[in-house]
Amino acid sequence: MAESFRKRTGWIFLVVMVGQVLLVSAQVQSRAGVPVIEAVSFGAFSRVQRATSSVVGGVRDVWTNYASLRGARDENQALKQQLAELEIRLQEQRALAARATRLQALLELKESTPLPTVAAEVIGGNPNATPGVREITIDRGTADGVQTSMAVISPGGVVGRVIGRPAAHAARVQLLIDRHAAAGAITERTRAGGIVVGAGGQPPLKMDLVSNLLDVKAGDLVVTSGVDGIYPKGYAIGWVETAERGRGLYLDIRVRPAVDFGSLEEVLVVLVPPRPALTDDEKAAGRSR
Amino acid sequence: MKVIAVLAALVVALLFQTTLAGMSLEAGTRVNFVLVAVVYVALALGPLAGLLAGAAGGLVQDAVAGSIVGIGGISKTLAGFLVGVLGAQFIVSQPVPRFVMFVGATMVHELCFQSLYALVEGQPVRFIWGTLLVQAAVNGGIGLLAFQLVEGAPRWRQRRYARRSATLSRRRF
Repeated sequence: MAESFRKRTGWIFLVVMVGQVLLVSAQVQSRAGVPVIEAVSFGAFSRVQRATSSVVGGVRDVWTNYASLRGARDENQALKQQLAELEIRLQEQRALAARATRLQALLELKESTPLPTVAAEVIGGNPNATPGVREITIDRGTADGVQTSMAVISPGGVVGRVIGRPAAHAARVQLLIDRHAAAGAITERTRAGGIVVGAGGQPPLKMDLVSNLLDVKAGDLVVTSGVDGIYPKGYAIGWVETAERGRGLYLDIRVRPAVDFGSLEEVLVVLVPPRPALTDDEKAAGRSR
Repeated sequence: MKVIAVLAALVVALLFQTTLAGMSLEAGTRVNFVLVAVVYVALALGPLAGLLAGAAGGLVQDAVAGSIVGIGGISKTLAGFLVGVLGAQFIVSQPVPRFVMFVGATMVHELCFQSLYALVEGQPVRFIWGTLLVQAAVNGGIGLLAFQLVEGAPRWRQRRYARRSATLSRRRF
């Protein structure tokens, strides 16, 4: 009984004191000219507002994130698909650009070449996996004037020659790096003559029949000499990589091809029928001219 | 009945205070009749009555004085409550403890009152100790006098009644 009375007295005391504090505050101006009760209540309420705003903001953020996540999966799928399509288109564009560049180079070669040529596209390789055999198939044939042993060139240099009997719209081309291929060649710097043949290895060409007495060194450009009656004169074959004294009378010369045979796509077929190879007398006469 | 008596005491105390202050400003600072009434009520009736009397008396005193309403109320509420609690804990039926209570209540009241005013006005707390001590002593004296008057009134009435009864008896016989 006494305890409850004491508690009640305490509560009444507290209420009376608080009430009077509020009463005093209502009459007193703060330094800013605002009643203290207003300033205190505003300050307290602003904190409540801040807390409320923080809670509401947090809930809103969570809800927004949840709502965003709901659409994120579909959007992600769509974006992935769009990205894949764009990648494909990009690759197509790159391929087109590269093709345009190649065709541009091919066109320039065609215009710069005084010989009649026809552009052809590489449509396949050699179906037989025979070691040392390097052949390709082009989409030009007899219908386009292509005949056996016609030279095939590219902007990089000599590619090879047509072999076998061409079809109406296709022909096989023996690449210069084939182990059975050969072409008359000279070094551009010293005009040292010889024969470039496929060597099978690295580098895949070698230049035979060049005298030990001639001046050939690494870096020399090797071009066609035209004596073989197939390849027109003056087209690049490759660069001398090594030139060493051989066992016999000839130098051992290794040539790196000017053409990247691994990425051939378009070539030019020189529409000039092969002629018989020059004899030594003809060669001598040609030199004297 | 007690409530009416308390309210009457507060009203009388306020009248005394205003009358005295009207006669002399200096004299008005030497005593606080309302505080005396509050402490008296707290000692006589306990902390609840003390704090309610303090609140009522203080608020009315503030309102009449034209100052900030509530500061005196808070001070007197605190004083009345403390005196009531202490009076319930200790024996304060003798003059000296009662005097100490009045003095202490005056000190607490003045300390609280001046501190609240300083807080509200943004000024440092200042006590005029001489005046405060005088007021505490005067309050104590008036409080003791009030106790003597109130506690002596029944005896005085009994004595008067007895005297009157004796006179009547003598006349009858």
